[in-house]
Parts: sequence; C-alpha cells; structure tokens
Amino acid sequence: MNEVRVGVFVCHCGTNIGGFLDVPGLAKYALSLPNVVFAKDNQYTCSDAGLTEIRNAIAENKLNRAVVASCTPRTHEPLFRSICKEAGLNPYLFQFVNIRDQCSWVHMQERERATEKAKALIKMGVARAVLLEPLEEIEVEVNPRALVIGGGIAGMTCALSLANRGFEVKLIEKEDRLGGTLNNLYMLYPTHEEASKLVQAKTKEIEKNPKIEVLTSSEVEDVKGFIGNYDVTVRQGEKERFFKIGVIIVATGAGTLKPVGMYGYDGENVITQMELERMLEKGRLNADTVVMIQCVGSRNEKRTYCSKVCCPTALKNAMLIREANPDAQVFILYKDMVTQGTSYEDYYGKARETGITFIKYSSEKHPVVENGSVRVYDEFLGEELSLPYDLVVLSTPMVAHPDSADLAQKLKVPVDKYGFFLEAHVKLRPIDFATDGIYMCGCAHWPTNVGESISQAYGAASRASIPLSVGHVKTEPSIAVVDEDECSGCSLCELTCPFKAIRIEETEKGRKAKVIAASCKGCGACGAGCPQKAITMRHFTDEQLLAQVITLAEAVP
Amino acid sequence: MTLQESFEPDVLGFLCNWCSYAGADLAGVSRFQYPPNVRIIRVMCSARVDPTIVLEAFIRGLDGVMLLGCHLGDCHYMTGNYYTERRVKTTKKVLKNAGLSPERLLIDWVSASEGERFATLVKDFTERVRKLGPLGNETDLEPQQLRARLVAAKETLAQEKIRWLVGRERELVEDKNVFGEKVSQEEFDQLMLQTIEKEFAKRRILLSIGEDALSVKEIAQRVEASPREVLRNMVSLERDGLVSVVGIEENSPKYRRAEG
Repeated sequence: MNEVRVGVFVCHCGTNIGGFLDVPGLAKYALSLPNVVFAKDNQYTCSDAGLTEIRNAIAENKLNRAVVASCTPRTHEPLFRSICKEAGLNPYLFQFVNIRDQCSWVHMQERERATEKAKALIKMGVARAVLLEPLEEIEVEVNPRALVIGGGIAGMTCALSLANRGFEVKLIEKEDRLGGTLNNLYMLYPTHEEASKLVQAKTKEIEKNPKIEVLTSSEVEDVKGFIGNYDVTVRQGEKERFFKIGVIIVATGAGTLKPVGMYGYDGENVITQMELERMLEKGRLNADTVVMIQCVGSRNEKRTYCSKVCCPTALKNAMLIREANPDAQVFILYKDMVTQGTSYEDYYGKARETGITFIKYSSEKHPVVENGSVRVYDEFLGEELSLPYDLVVLSTPMVAHPDSADLAQKLKVPVDKYGFFLEAHVKLRPIDFATDGIYMCGCAHWPTNVGESISQAYGAASRASIPLSVGHVKTEPSIAVVDEDECSGCSLCELTCPFKAIRIEETEKGRKAKVIAASCKGCGACGAGCPQKAITMRHFTDEQLLAQVITLAEAVP
Repeated sequence: MTLQESFEPDVLGFLCNWCSYAGADLAGVSRFQYPPNVRIIRVMCSARVDPTIVLEAFIRGLDGVMLLGCHLGDCHYMTGNYYTERRVKTTKKVLKNAGLSPERLLIDWVSASEGERFATLVKDFTERVRKLGPLGNETDLEPQQLRARLVAAKETLAQEKIRWLVGRERELVEDKNVFGEKVSQEEFDQLMLQTIEKEFAKRRILLSIGEDALSVKEIAQRVEASPREVLRNMVSLERDGLVSVVGIEENSPKYRRAEG
C-alpha cells in the first residue's frame, strides 16, 4: 500500500477548544488537505467514544497515518499511539497537533485568528505525518532497584511498600533520622494518636526489612540516565555512594512558613502551630486565653493556595488545649474554615461543641495584634472586637522545601510557581512526573495530611513497581542513524554526543561513525551539526521538519 | 495606522519537548494570553534544529524565528542547548552578512514552570519583529536579490568548514589543542567571521553561475562584487574542483560549474 491515507481527528475538548475555535470548520479544512481521506471533529477524542472512532476510521478507511488535533502530546500522545497500535497502525505513524494548550487556551479573545492558526498547525501536522516512517521500539533492561528521596511518612511508606513487593530500595534522608515533618508534630488529627509512635513503628519495620538500605544525613548529588537505567550519586558526609537505579520516587516533603514580621511573631507569645505542638507535647503550655489566626501568609496575593491542613490542625490543637485545661478560652479567627471530606466536617462540629469560639474575619480587614490583645472585625457581628490574649498562634501554610528547586534541576523535572513538584497531569497522572520512571508522593507535591501522604505513597510505589516488575522498558526508537556512504569519519558527532552513544569505528569503508542504539537518547545534536549531513534523526528528520516549515510558509496568506 | 502597526508578522518557534514546549503548555493551562502570530514546531531538543532549517524558514518568507530551549545547565540532554547557543550565534552572523537583521532570530530559555515567561517572550518577540517590518524591510534589496542572498547564506551554513568550526568552538576556545595552544574568543570570532564572508562569497558565485558559462566580469555584476574579489574566489573554487574554465572569450576565461 503505497498511497498515503491520512485521517485527521479534531477534538472539541468540551468547550476547551470548541468554545474558542471553529472546530467543525477545522475538520472540514483538514479534509481539503492533500492525502487526507478522512476528517472528523468529536467532543472528546480521548474518551472511549473518540478512541473507538479512531480505531474504526483506521480500519474502515484504510488509514495509514493518524493525526489528532487536540491538547498536548506531553499528556496524550502515549494514549493515541496505543490506540493506533491496537488498530494495527505503527504508533510512529501518529502525529499530534496541539490546538488547545498552545492555541485555544492562549488566544481566547481572538476566535478568527486562533482558528487560522489552528488551520496552519493542522496543515503542518499533516505535512509531517505524510513523511512519517514506521519505527520499532527498542527494549532495555531495568535495574531492579528503587531510590526513594526523603524519609518522612510518605518516603518511609513508599519504601516499605516497594520492599514488601520484593524490590531493593535505597532510602535517602537528609536529616540524621527518619520521620521528617512528623518529628515536629505531637498528635495527629482526627484520631489524636501520637506522631512519634507512628514514626517509631514505621522505623522499626524499615530496620527489619532486609530489602531497604537507609542512608541518613545523605543527599542526592547527581542523577544521570533514564527510566530503568539511572546512575545516581549520593553524598553521605565525606563519602560518595553510587547506585544503579531503575525508578526514583520524590518524597522530600515541604517546609512550613515562618511568619517573620507578621502579626508580631516572636516565637514566645506569638507562635506558630508547629511551635505550639512542641509546647503541648512537653506539657509546657501555660495560657488561659489563646487566639489562633488562620491563613497567615496563605490565600493572599503572594501565595494564593490553601494549605488545607492548617484548619484541622487548629481545630485539633484547640481541642487539645481545652482537654488539658478546661477553663482555657480558645478563639479561632478564620477567613473560611476548610474541613473537607466525610470526617472533618464532623470534627469541626465537635470542636464547636467543646466551646471554642470561631470568629470570621474578612480578607479586607485582617486581625491586628498589639499591646496584649488582638483586634478583629467580626464579619457576622459587624463590629470590631478586642481579645486580650496570653498566647497567639499563627496558622501558616506549608511551603515548598527550599531544596526542591535544586533537586528538580538534578532530576530535570518541573516545579510549579510555588516551588512544589509538578505532576504530569493534574487529573490523569497525578503522582507521575512527565519524565518516565520518576514519581512523587506526599507534601513534595502539595500540602497533604498524613493519611493522604500514605495513600500517595502506596500509589507511587504501585506506579514505580510497574517497570520494576516488567523488568524491561521500551525506549524510543527515534534515534540517530548514520549514512556510512556520506560519513567522513571526522568524529565531530562523537565529540558532540553527551551520552557517548556514537563512536568512530574502523570499517571496510574506512573510519565511520556508529550509533549505539540503546544509549542514544534522540536529541539530534549530532545530526544538526554533522559537516557531511550524514546523520538522520529518526522521527525528526530534516525532511519532516522542512515539510512543517515550508507548509507553514505556504499557509501564510 | 502605519505600515508597522498593521503588519502581522509570521513567526515560527522551535520548542524543545522537555522545557520550553512544557512551558508553552503551562502558559495554556494558566491561560496566559499571547498573540497568535507564532506557530510552534516541537523538537526533542533545541540542538536538533539545523541552522540550514532556520535559513529555509527565512527563504520561505517567514518574518521571525525563535528557538527556545531549557535553561543552560538544565538541558534534558545535558549539553544540547550549549550547541544551540553556538549555532545560533553563527547563524546570526551569517544572517547579518547576508543583509538580514539578526534580530529576526531569537534564542532564549524557558523552563517547564515558566508559562508566564513564555507568553511574555512571544509577546515581546512578535512586537520586535512587527517593528522590524516584513522580511527584508531592513534592506534595500529587491525580493529576488534578498532571496538569492538567503539561499547562499543557507548553503554557507551547510559548509563543512563552518560546521566544523561551530562544532569545535568550545574545545578551541576553552581547552588547549594537541599543541597546547588555546584560541581566544576574539580570535575565534574573527576567524569565524572571515570564514563566513569567504564561504558566502563563494556560494553566491556558484549560485549565480547556475547553468551558464560566465566571465569574471559577468559574475561580478550578478553578485554585486568587484571583479578582483570574484577572480580571487574563482581561483579558489577552481582549486576545490567546483568550477572549471570552459573557454576564453575576449581575453577572459568563461567559467562553468563543475559536474557532480
């Protein structure tokens, strides 16, 4: 079958694309393009219905190229490729066109021009699709060993979960003992069990497990490689340790905002919830009137997010204060009480019943701490109250760990604008990174409570154990290939390749460059610099890129 | 409205899969708005982009090209963006030599978490190209002349000598060669510029000869250069086996492109 038959599927993505571009118009346009024999728009191309349509269209129309114009290849290319494969089409004959993240979402006020842009992008995509070639994936073995970075509750749980499945785990902790944030907490809401007991139990379990090696006072220094084949350097004091690792789990936790310069914070009479925990633990609390202020440094312009754990924490600590000293008066000044889920609203109700006073303040009028009392404008009463206090407790949000940016760089994974690690997809791949073989759990991702951290840890362990169990991964076949007749053996490519994936060898035809397929990562740096233009980058060939460029220029009116 | 204000530039962006493309996606997720002038081509690494492809974009009439990669030190392929940086530096010199403003080519870095920065870069670059005007606005050249010069520029960037120099720049400037010598950045830049000028002049001559048999004087007219300079290049081209003398007319030799 020599005739190239392209099918184009244009996605509305509900109103995400359909609301901003003329999607039926795009499908109609696609059908007018050379080699396109089928084009259709659908509500959600990634839904079962959408995928079935692709499968059927490939069979019914004898398509040998498939183009989907929708969201982004970074999240959905694997899905569409797998559907092509199911339908008997080589997955490398699939082409993605991004008309959502890089078009409809960024030109929301310019329907006409955005639609024109989408047309050009589809035309470019079809032009490339026509030139695509079928490729077969290369299999690479996986080192049966996981690296868990961070020995808090998430990291400990994840390490245990992996070890219990029979995999070797290296658990790296920066401090000199396991436990992480839990080491600074007293009781856990909503069950009121001691954090230290949980840490002790987990630590004991880890120590007993022969599959886990714990490296405390250690930090990851360097990470090279890819899924299944990471070379990791860990620094432990003066010592450097090297590990061959298959998968990596980021469980580095978060910090807590220190409210320096806010509400008269002094660490003595005005303290944080974290500092209160330590006082409660040691039974050193001596205050009859305690005023707690919520949302200190969060849900504001600088940090718009809700840290979520601070409301239940305040409730718990307020109840603990009342338990220890039934005469104590506790006020909680809040913007909104966030107690989501099936049990926390009851927990909130219970706190109200115990006689804690809740006062709602507005975002415009923040409470003021001065001269031994807190002035607060009560939204419901509509008047300002003055509350004399013995102790003020500030509920500050969790913030990204200051080291996370550095680790992100070493792992080459992204962080969000607050510095928390960013998942591959907020709904579809919530604990994966976009980079294969790296996962996350716990507060490294966003503020979570202990229960959520543990759930995520199980999730991450489960995700990470897939490549470990299978024992091999398929790597991209989009690698460099040398045309020996053109190659002059000059060795510039050997010098350029950062992965030592090309070497010069003596052949019958003289000195020639050879690509080591399993080592080549497909960046294309060698080919774009080859003096003889003797290197072809599979799946990103000069012809394919030029076709896109030329088509774009033609699409220009 | 002035010409510049009503002019909508056509901008092409090559984005690397790991950082800048992800940054562009994040701009979308965050709904940062930017002008729809830019069309994006995804590559795995910015280092995939052969400078000749950039030139092809200009030859085909696009007004601006942006190459965005990971921040230096963050490249998913470790050193890819350093190659991109050097190649773009040379490409800009070649553009300038051909008469085009090097400002039409942008290289910058966008991380996966810099959606806002991506949107700003696109906005700023689109405005920059809008101010420059349609391709060639900065020159007095006729469209045909400009095109001929850009084709020669593209061929210049395909030359072995140039590609060798670009590929070895870091080594030459930062490390010592086998004789223990080091080239200073200024010396290197000077050498590069000379090589570009020489190669460009030769490519211009070869392209202008086409299928014809021409004298030095005729060639000089076609490439807008002095006969003396052309003659010097003809000698060199003949030595490289790229042209041959096919006859003598009125005391001056006629040159034709060599076969093969």
